[in-house]
Amino acid sequence: MIIKSVENFGFWTTQQIENVGRIFIFLFTGLFHIFTFPLQIFKIIEHTWFIGTKSMVVIMLTGIFTGMVLGLQGYYTLIKFGSEGMLGSAVALTLIRELGPVLTAIMITARAGSAMAAEIGVMRISEQIDALETMNINPVRFIFSPRIVASIISFPLLTALFDVVGVVGGYVTGSLMLGINGGIYIYRVNESVVMADITGGFLKSLVFAIVVTTVCCSQGYFTHLQTRGGFGAKGVSFSTTTAVVNSCVMILVFDYVITYLLL
Amino acid sequence: MKSPLIEFIDVKKSFGSNHVMQGVNLSIYEDETTVVIGKSGSGKSVLLKHIIGLMHHDSGKVLFKGEEISSMPRKKREEFKLNFSYMFQENALFDSMNIYENIALPLTETSRFSKQEIRKKVEMRMEQLEIQGTSNKYPAQLSGGMKKRVALARALITEPSIVLFDEPTTGLDPVRKNGVHAMIKSYQQMFGFTAVIVSHEIPDIFQIAQRVAMIEKGKIIFQGSAEEIMKSDLNEVSNFINGIGDFMEY
Repeated sequence: MIIKSVENFGFWTTQQIENVGRIFIFLFTGLFHIFTFPLQIFKIIEHTWFIGTKSMVVIMLTGIFTGMVLGLQGYYTLIKFGSEGMLGSAVALTLIRELGPVLTAIMITARAGSAMAAEIGVMRISEQIDALETMNINPVRFIFSPRIVASIISFPLLTALFDVVGVVGGYVTGSLMLGINGGIYIYRVNESVVMADITGGFLKSLVFAIVVTTVCCSQGYFTHLQTRGGFGAKGVSFSTTTAVVNSCVMILVFDYVITYLLL
Repeated sequence: MKSPLIEFIDVKKSFGSNHVMQGVNLSIYEDETTVVIGKSGSGKSVLLKHIIGLMHHDSGKVLFKGEEISSMPRKKREEFKLNFSYMFQENALFDSMNIYENIALPLTETSRFSKQEIRKKVEMRMEQLEIQGTSNKYPAQLSGGMKKRVALARALITEPSIVLFDEPTTGLDPVRKNGVHAMIKSYQQMFGFTAVIVSHEIPDIFQIAQRVAMIEKGKIIFQGSAEEIMKSDLNEVSNFINGIGDFMEY
């Protein structure tokens, strides 16, 4: 009984190490092939359009309502201390340092990350990835490299969009609805946000871009190796769910680590 | 005596406790059409995937012109792969690309031809395979027979010297099945490639085979011409050809 448990634990540990190794090899192969010729410019533009441009509406919607709710909550908390004039600082710093990069990454995961995992998973089970290999086309270069470049371009830009729209959302609630002086709101935003806050937020969004794209693409790419969720369509569905859940968890873990290192 | 182009020597491959290849010995000769037959799940597709390196054997040797494929240096293996094309059982067409992009893909990704040269080559293949007018369509918009032709066009676009066919007639009606066989035969004569076909379309497939091999229980139990296999007195061979067997085995 004990020997069997130890054996199972050993088997599980070996599998996890193998999985981690596989994902790292996948990541580094993809990063290496970004710079191999011919550069995949058109594919990068296509994926940037899919990951970035097509996510703009959802990011703006999430951003405006996040900013508005922060304005609302912040106002009723700050007014207790007679410091509602600080609302601009509270909204801007919360968004730029934390919520902007995190919520943007989570929304992109939900919209584009899940699509990446499902698309690549279907390519795997329908032998399209094997077909690439038989044509002497490196599948990691073909599938993953353009997507990771597109994510590295899109994540910081969408984070910036989220931050700006969120600050406007806070202005709408705080100034237009609750009567804080608009000039004071903008002055507080301008005064409290320093360059380190913005670069910190962008650094987070760059790390999230790499994490989300690697997790989602690798889940799809290695769909055929997972045995827990079934095979075929069920396997793709399991990989997609795992990609989204793992990405969200990793975003929060990396957020904590980066925040800890930056402070 | 002709030396084989591709040779399997005592090749073994297992997936866990499932021993798919238990010492396969097989010779494939240049400019010939070799057909590999056998029951479903007997390891025919696994054998084919070993040739092109999609799978790797546990032991034994797979040789190409006398040289072991697995020990080729990376550069040489890439050059070796350029000789091959593979036509998948379910075609493996890229469903998010249109037909033109599907056929052109091996050239756009691996060759240095200009766009005009690629267009010319693709249009020529499409004409030869009678699929003109489908350039802007997507695989999902085509019939099974048309998809096969597109897959064949893609397989032939790089002018390979060896084409591997994995059950090319699966899911086709008898008329289209014969059409695909005729198409392979005529294109094999037209382009002069070496063909390896995995199939269980018996006896139809024998009409295009110069050499037939039968795999059974992880071993090649017969190799010879189509006439020889029809006359074979091996029980497993004659039972398989005549469709006799214990259905519980399947």
